[in-house]
Amino acid sequence: MITKRIIPCLDVRDGRVVKGVNFTGLREVSSPVDLASFYSDNGADELVFYDITASSDGRKLFTEILKKTAEKVFIPLTVGGGITCTDDFRRVLDCGADKVSVNSGAIADPRLIEKAAALYGSQCVVLSVDIKRVGTEYRVFSRGGRTDTDLEALRWIKQAIESGAGEIVVNSIDTDGVKGGFDIPLLKAVCEISTVPVIASGGAGRIEDFIDLFNQVPTVDAALAASVFHFGEISIPALKRTMAENGIPVRPMTGEEI
Amino acid sequence: MTVIVDYGVGNIFSLRSSFGTLGEEAAVTSCPQTVRQAGRIVLPGVGAFADAAKQLKRTGLAGAVADAALSGTPVLGICLGMQLLFERSFENGVHQGLGLIGGSVRPIRESAAEGLKTPQIGWNRLILSQPVHPLFRFLKESEYVYFVHSYHAVCPERFITARTEYGGLLTAAAAKGNVMGCQFHPEKSGPAGLKILKAFCMMQRGDFVC
Repeated sequence: MITKRIIPCLDVRDGRVVKGVNFTGLREVSSPVDLASFYSDNGADELVFYDITASSDGRKLFTEILKKTAEKVFIPLTVGGGITCTDDFRRVLDCGADKVSVNSGAIADPRLIEKAAALYGSQCVVLSVDIKRVGTEYRVFSRGGRTDTDLEALRWIKQAIESGAGEIVVNSIDTDGVKGGFDIPLLKAVCEISTVPVIASGGAGRIEDFIDLFNQVPTVDAALAASVFHFGEISIPALKRTMAENGIPVRPMTGEEI
Repeated sequence: MTVIVDYGVGNIFSLRSSFGTLGEEAAVTSCPQTVRQAGRIVLPGVGAFADAAKQLKRTGLAGAVADAALSGTPVLGICLGMQLLFERSFENGVHQGLGLIGGSVRPIRESAAEGLKTPQIGWNRLILSQPVHPLFRFLKESEYVYFVHSYHAVCPERFITARTEYGGLLTAAAAKGNVMGCQFHPEKSGPAGLKILKAFCMMQRGDFVC
């Protein structure tokens, strides 16, 4: 049986890991390479590197950091931030990324998903969506959650899957940084329409939030979080133990050396 | 020496790094002659079957891999690289593979329950066939590896070296003599994956009778 994935997200700026609380007030954590190794050794199932400033100021990702990480860390790596064309895909895939996540770049050019899927396969095209409730609608926001695109989120996700997106990261702006739990209603709505894996993001504060997520939305595939892991508020081994005790399938920790 | 076949498809960076971690110098090559002389061959690959098969043939690497395989060189196909070892694939039409293992590559959806998500993306448990294939000799009974795929090999029972459960039983690994394939990514499967690559590095030409 496939296991539910736990994915620490490393927001990278100037070669360092940062975490935005509601996308503002950046705090510095640690070296991405060290943090990635630490997570890999401690049961993370996958890692996401986001260059969080890239979509606003066009800064390119630090491929050297990525390379150094991929030399040491043998779990899947997803890279996002500032991906606007298929050349950006090539650049990070050549440095050891396995998947590339697109957000604002796909909003600006919806054909990007189709083109990248044709060149590199759907399995490496991840659509990341920042979603916020506006009135009664789930609305897609771009540029790091700053701009309302007027796109209806579920319609956008459906369209992206049809174009070839192989995985969807759903980031709820309403719950991000609040640490009050994942956005269960939003995730239920996305999982209902998605034919590809869905990753929940935004809102994790306690171990119970993950248990609630996987119990209430059994079709969600993975949970992504940053600060609760970076600041040691939740340890992944403890999280996975609790998940297993609650009957949620997880990849057990091996803790072995080769 | 282990040679990683570079035909423009696949995450070669991680593969080479994982061999490096094991102390094995792996050379990346797109030269058919180097492939023919290799001690071991890794055939990686992601993306579409038809494009990859065409690329392999166009570069002369398909023939080189097949010649080496027939002469007893251990060959390990990974993900799409594994699928290419079979006779044909039904991904977007019907396309010829290398034909080194009998069987074909078919959509997961055919073997799976209704409503199953494809691709299968994530960590799933290996169910090893008995007796355990030498490639898996360092693995414990229950280990998890990382899969990303929408297709899998449908082949005779005797070639299947590991399965995994995803809505039904899928082929996770297969082998015929010195020609082996893993549908999952050992280079992305943490310690379990490194143990598989380590076992592969210990294999020699002539260990198997084709």
